[in-house]
Amino acid sequence: MVQFILRRTVGAFVTLFLIGAATFFLFVAAPSDYASLACGKDCSPQRLADIREALGLDLPLAQQFWDFMSGIVTGRDFPAGHCSAPCLGVSFYSGDMVWSTIMDRFPLTLTLTAGGAVVFLLVGIGAGMIAAYRRGTLVDKVATGASMVLSSFQIYFLGPVVLTILVYSTGWMEDPKYVPLTRDPVGWFVGMSIPVCVLATIFTAQYTRMARSSMIEQLAEDHVRTARAKGMSRRYVFLRYAWRGSLIPIVTILGIDVSSMLGGAVVTELTFSLQGIGRLAVDGAVNKDLPLTMGVMLFGAFFILLINILTDITYAWIDPRIRLS
Amino acid sequence: MTTVTKAGGAPAPTGPGGFLSVRDLQVTFSTEDGPVRAVDGLSFDVDRGRTLGIVGESGSGKSVTNLTVLGLHDPLFTTIDGEIVLDGKELVTATEKELEQLRGNRVAMIFQDPLTALSPFYTIGRQIAEPYMKHTGASKKAAWERAVEMLGKVGIPNPAERARDYPHQFSGGMRQRAMIAMALVCDPDLLIADEPTTALDVTVQAQILDLLKDLQREFGTAIVFITHDLGVIADMADDIMVMYAGRAVERGTVDEVLRAPRHPYTWGLLNSMPRLDSDLATPLEPIPGTPPSLLTPPSGCRFHPRCAFRDRVGGDRCVTESPALAPGRSSACHLGAEQKRTIFAEEIRPRLG
Amino acid sequence: MKEDLVLPAAREAAADTPPEPLLEVSGLVKHFPVKGGFPIKRTVGAVQAVDGLDLTVHAGESFGLVGESGCGKSTTGRLITRLLEPTGGTITYRGRDISHATRKQLAPIRSEIQMIFQDPYSSLNPRQTVGKIISGPMEINGIDPEGGREKRVRELLEIVGLNPEHYNRFPHEFSGGQRQRIGVARALALEPKLIVADEPVSALDVSIQAQVVNLLQKVQKELGIAFLFIAHDLAVVRHFSQRVAVMYLGKIIEVGDRDSIYTRPRHPYTHALLSAVPEVTLTEGEAPRRERIRLAGDVPSPISPPSGCRFRTRCWKAQDRCATEEPPLVRLAGNRDGHLTACHFPEEPTTGARAEDIVLDPALTALEEEQGG
Repeated sequence: MVQFILRRTVGAFVTLFLIGAATFFLFVAAPSDYASLACGKDCSPQRLADIREALGLDLPLAQQFWDFMSGIVTGRDFPAGHCSAPCLGVSFYSGDMVWSTIMDRFPLTLTLTAGGAVVFLLVGIGAGMIAAYRRGTLVDKVATGASMVLSSFQIYFLGPVVLTILVYSTGWMEDPKYVPLTRDPVGWFVGMSIPVCVLATIFTAQYTRMARSSMIEQLAEDHVRTARAKGMSRRYVFLRYAWRGSLIPIVTILGIDVSSMLGGAVVTELTFSLQGIGRLAVDGAVNKDLPLTMGVMLFGAFFILLINILTDITYAWIDPRIRLS
Repeated sequence: MTTVTKAGGAPAPTGPGGFLSVRDLQVTFSTEDGPVRAVDGLSFDVDRGRTLGIVGESGSGKSVTNLTVLGLHDPLFTTIDGEIVLDGKELVTATEKELEQLRGNRVAMIFQDPLTALSPFYTIGRQIAEPYMKHTGASKKAAWERAVEMLGKVGIPNPAERARDYPHQFSGGMRQRAMIAMALVCDPDLLIADEPTTALDVTVQAQILDLLKDLQREFGTAIVFITHDLGVIADMADDIMVMYAGRAVERGTVDEVLRAPRHPYTWGLLNSMPRLDSDLATPLEPIPGTPPSLLTPPSGCRFHPRCAFRDRVGGDRCVTESPALAPGRSSACHLGAEQKRTIFAEEIRPRLG
Repeated sequence: MKEDLVLPAAREAAADTPPEPLLEVSGLVKHFPVKGGFPIKRTVGAVQAVDGLDLTVHAGESFGLVGESGCGKSTTGRLITRLLEPTGGTITYRGRDISHATRKQLAPIRSEIQMIFQDPYSSLNPRQTVGKIISGPMEINGIDPEGGREKRVRELLEIVGLNPEHYNRFPHEFSGGQRQRIGVARALALEPKLIVADEPVSALDVSIQAQVVNLLQKVQKELGIAFLFIAHDLAVVRHFSQRVAVMYLGKIIEVGDRDSIYTRPRHPYTHALLSAVPEVTLTEGEAPRRERIRLAGDVPSPISPPSGCRFRTRCWKAQDRCATEEPPLVRLAGNRDGHLTACHFPEEPTTGARAEDIVLDPALTALEEEQGG
């Protein structure tokens, strides 16, 4: 198991490096020149060259890439000052350190992701399991029907509807905004409750359906029947035998969902006018801001890889066949 | 003696009598295409210490019958009529709680594929100890020790260590041994074995069959042994019930059914089965056609569309009238007793070599 | 002990034409690599699925290959049809070495060696009509029979006992046995000389199994097609094959004519296998008792098979020599021509009951001693 984690970690770093390289060269190869954009209309060749030098664009490509990647590990010095590790460079557009920009935005994204995940896991899996346990009853039908309707909604539809009801027409709540948890826990909770709940609602519906079908599939397994044939009660069999197996597909999807949300929930952020990682990624791409784009890409990729490893560890915890092979 | 019921349905006088007694069992599944009667009017008895072999091809209803005995069918799609009486207790109407008390305790089951029938998530020891704790109230430690003892009994080397293993760390034969240990841990009165050796290799199958027989002698367990393999049934069973399309078509002791079979379907099975001592000059004689769909079973005798001896029965009785299976040694066929005897002696037996 | 009854047709064929080797396999090896290790994955071992196999199939004969799971019999079938690439050894088909032939080189031979699979459900494309399935091989090989492909397909359907009118039906409209017939018709489409049948009847019910066995027998005799018949069911193999090889852990441990293998076996494993087959005895009164041999445990892993004789870990006759020296597959004194056995300490050539049963399983021994058995 330790070997496995080590191997995966080494693999993850190699992958990160490759993603960095791919992003870098794609961006450079793209037919746009940030320097001439920054220089504006009446740009003298001298001024253009100055900008290039200031941004480090005059160096050979390989050198630029190497400076960027090594900066992540060792830190880097810019004319504007020192950028300590992990240094993702300085934004062309704003001139801010990319890492600190990301760190400014990240708590919001983390709140959305973690808050959403807690809600949709608890409610979704709970509802799905109850529906499976009471299969064919009214409870099941309501749960299945509701989740069917809700999962066909989209955030950009449900979000404005909820905002209209709770904020614009009644004034019961304020516009969603992010207040750091450390400064004002209540404000943090209230400010983020609408986006988190809307996001969670749609995911809850999906997780309910998934948990239900996965559970029903497990209940039909031979070993579950064996447990029943041993005289174990229905509830015991449900919670001990069927539940474990039903987790595997859920963990798979959860890994994908959470890692993509940590890389930025663009639609949610846009819908509620929040400034998270997703917005940053859009800004970077629109402004042709190479360091920012690369920073956000690598940051997102890091989470995808990290959560991939965590998912595999969870599989091993659930299933001894994986653990002991 | 197992299947012999005296006229009037009273249990055989020897021994404690029909420990398990099934009367006119009907199992209907509702499917998308309509109701399917998987078992239709089945009656049989099993005595303590005896083995009843139920033989039939896929779709004959042999496995369904035994899941219903333990109430393991899906109540959402299944309707059950008739009586299942275990040691005086009616099971069809029993509550889930009452059934739980019986399962794994007085009635245990072994399934076909020991890899899928054991949970991959728990150790072998824990899976064996679990029903023991539940049914005897033993402590965790005592139940574990019992599990190790049972594993030793069924021939797992180093049982104390191997109890901590997971099923995937066992070989196929060892898994089935563990399954048997699990089934016998509470010393059940009745063991239902559903094709327990079908997934195993022949040398391992021989070990497992002998093990079951030896354990039965030690524990005095009654066994219902379900299989499609006549050779296995000949080896294991005291009594045989042959099933076809949801109905029992013939029953009697092993010798009666295999050496002097009276039903055309049983003849067909014997004719189509190659044996190690069969005459190679005689080709196999398969039963023509295929088993019927239970959605639209044939009228009258369900075997009539495939039966070669239909025209020996006067009129169209085979098509219109369903032949009854009398209690005791009998076969559900409209042929006369003498006809059956002569057909077997003159036309079937010589072919079998 | 019954005399081996060779069917008249087969006997004549054997007399007229001296058996010409259609397929010769020598020293065939297939190892599947096992990956593992740290930090870089590499090959750390090999599943020795087939490890030095010699066999010959003559034109028109049925050669049976029996053995338990993991003995390599299916791998052998796939190697011979070249669905797998052998690790070593040679496969010679009608004098041509095809062991490492490329797709192109194989093309003319492909049509002569066909395969029938175990599972009639998964080996037919559900989206194709029966006509399309059966004519597929003809199309691929660009064969245009006289009267057109459709006519030929209808003929084939007739041969395998299906209604030619069902040309346009889909596989799901047929039962398991009928689907296996479709598989046979497909294999026959190219008029093969050799059919490798891998457990062709083991997924079928007894009554249907007999239908398919009879069909294969008819095909073998009437069309003179040779069969490599791979199965675990000893009775079916006996019924179908004139010569039989017994495999254990990637090797043939005994091979010979049907009668030798089934009534005069010499290898202890063949004895154990035959004795393990549960049999229906039809004889009135006390049946002639067969020997009872109960091995202990399961087959060892083919990743690290025992040294010397591979069966020695489960053999009651094993001695030190068996661990160090691999017994060659040779004709033993008293064996018929062509009856080869790989054993240092062979058994008596009989399957009758012994004075004492051989029970190696400790659980059985314990229980039977307790019960005074």
